[in-house]
Amino acid sequence: MADAIMQSREAAAERLKRAPLVTSNRTMSWITDHVASVTEKSAPKWWWIAFTLSSSLAMVSVFCIGYLISTGVGVWGLNHPVGWAWDITNFVFWIGIGHAGTLISAILFLTRQKWRTSINRAAEAMTLFAVVCAGIFPAVHVGRIWMVWFLAPVPNSNAIWQNFRSPLLWDVFAVSTYFTVSVLFWYTGLVPDLATLRDRATNKFRKFFYGIAALGWRGGNRQWKHYEMAYLILAGLSTPLVLSVHSVVSFDFATSVIPGWHTTIFPPYFVAGAIFGGFAMVLTIMLPARAIFGLHDLITDDHVDKMCKIILLTGSIVGYAYAMEFFIAWYGGNAFEQYAFINRATGPYWWAYWAMIFCNVVTPQLFWFRFFRRHVLWVFVVCMFVNAGMWFERFVIIVTSLHRDFLPSSWNMFYPTWVDIWTFVGTFGIFLALFLLFIRWLPMICIFEVKAVLPEADPHHGHDEHHHEPAAAVKGGAH
Amino acid sequence: MQIAGNPQSQLFAMAAEVPNASALYHAAEKVRDAGYTRWDVYSPFPIHGMDHAMGLKKSWLSALVFIGGITGLTIAAILQFYPSSIEYPLVVAGKPTNFFTVPAFFPIMFELTILLSAFTATFGMLALNGLPRWNHPMFNWDLFKKVSNDGFFVAIESTDPKFDEEATRAMLEGLGADHITLVYGD
Repeated sequence: MADAIMQSREAAAERLKRAPLVTSNRTMSWITDHVASVTEKSAPKWWWIAFTLSSSLAMVSVFCIGYLISTGVGVWGLNHPVGWAWDITNFVFWIGIGHAGTLISAILFLTRQKWRTSINRAAEAMTLFAVVCAGIFPAVHVGRIWMVWFLAPVPNSNAIWQNFRSPLLWDVFAVSTYFTVSVLFWYTGLVPDLATLRDRATNKFRKFFYGIAALGWRGGNRQWKHYEMAYLILAGLSTPLVLSVHSVVSFDFATSVIPGWHTTIFPPYFVAGAIFGGFAMVLTIMLPARAIFGLHDLITDDHVDKMCKIILLTGSIVGYAYAMEFFIAWYGGNAFEQYAFINRATGPYWWAYWAMIFCNVVTPQLFWFRFFRRHVLWVFVVCMFVNAGMWFERFVIIVTSLHRDFLPSSWNMFYPTWVDIWTFVGTFGIFLALFLLFIRWLPMICIFEVKAVLPEADPHHGHDEHHHEPAAAVKGGAH
Repeated sequence: MQIAGNPQSQLFAMAAEVPNASALYHAAEKVRDAGYTRWDVYSPFPIHGMDHAMGLKKSWLSALVFIGGITGLTIAAILQFYPSSIEYPLVVAGKPTNFFTVPAFFPIMFELTILLSAFTATFGMLALNGLPRWNHPMFNWDLFKKVSNDGFFVAIESTDPKFDEEATRAMLEGLGADHITLVYGD
């Protein structure tokens, strides 16, 4: 009898034990070798093919932007009343994707979620590249791009200053601060790993390049002390920052008087949507990278599982926001607001609205089931739906709210031109080309942080074993 | 005893390797208790509790960052109030331009506070660590390349008032350290 109880207790303790963050009992040097060697071997054939394709696609975007600037914004499909369409849709889409990286690196750091260590580097890189793609659109949509310096608060001979009370100027500050702080945070995290690459470098060029980039890092504890403080502070600063960026983006809409935009729900709704779309993009990129480089022991199925749960949570928040927007439009009793929402669901853009609902609200619900969270192919498919859905969300918000103006005589549809389409498609090329360069040149997993979550990294490892072994602790309590 | 670097130049430290993080932690406690002040332990990752084991105080980087943040906030306040309310008020849709419009200035105040704090955190950390620098005597020791992979080292600097080749060596041997080496400059 006592034995049976003991056995069931042990079995329960075994089930409750946390899965290790790095599987297969890998050693520190295995982690170093496995991550660093990706940048040291000569580039595989698939890399060259992928890089050629994505950089060619990037050139298409560059060409379209050149055409736009040399000819004028008329080459886009914008017209009255739809004065913002794909440009701002793409901007909000890309800037939203950036949010997952900062969430993983900052908020999960502050909440002591140690599983973030093997995904934060690539997610942060993805943030930077997404913000690069995002930054293109507001810059070129101003029309006369050579006047874009008017956005900067510098004294000029016209005696006109920026309107600091305008959300569009807040956005300039928010996005540029976000990009700068993300770069600082990312680089600070990279320094010890650059030192690893420096110490492993065999040829002169790598010794020089990584030697400069590592800034002379030695790994002494007197350095780690300041380093950890800096990292903690940067995480603490990035947390409100990441929440503020998409809030400020949403102010671009919410502070206007356009029905469908003028709502107080926008900031939290945009932030949740950004995290939702960002995590989907992280998985879209990490799952192929994990398969190609055999990183299953570092990015385990548990990591994927946890990210799927975040997608489920944020996707449900987004679904709630859609419902609440509709409810308030009805409950608020404003005829214009009511019309804007009914028109979204049943008007000429009904297909975009229902595509958004299906992709963002319905498909993530599959993640309630462990089966879907544990099967990579399903995860990938759902993430693809989410990627598409989040683009549709921004399209729906922007275009459906604008195409029915207050004056019915100015009602009109929006039709994208080939320049609209290829500029957007090309930004995927920019994004992927930058990401491919990143995985060739920099360690895509944070080597030193992953080592720090190994059991042997604990200075008390091997001394008071029973503190770390729930099974043994239960056994100890039984007699 | 092994020698690294150029023995003609100045002695930097006596250094040794220990097998793992746990050994490094206990070594640090012993070196601290032996009364050394100019020394360091090197590891591939920050070790939890090592500051305590070494007897180090909290980093004062946070104070620098606070100053940086206040500077950012002040710059943003002046940048917005001076042109928008005093020197070049811009009337949009007949709305007021006085000091009571301050809520509209909050987002940029917030952003610049964060921006300058982040700059101070990153560059302040580098400055406190004496980085970037081109070279360091520890890099003359070939074995030290392991520090960024899986090596754990302890180094007692020659400028430490308690530094004494015999006594320090005996202490390092007592810690169970391997590869005791005199590290010289270039």
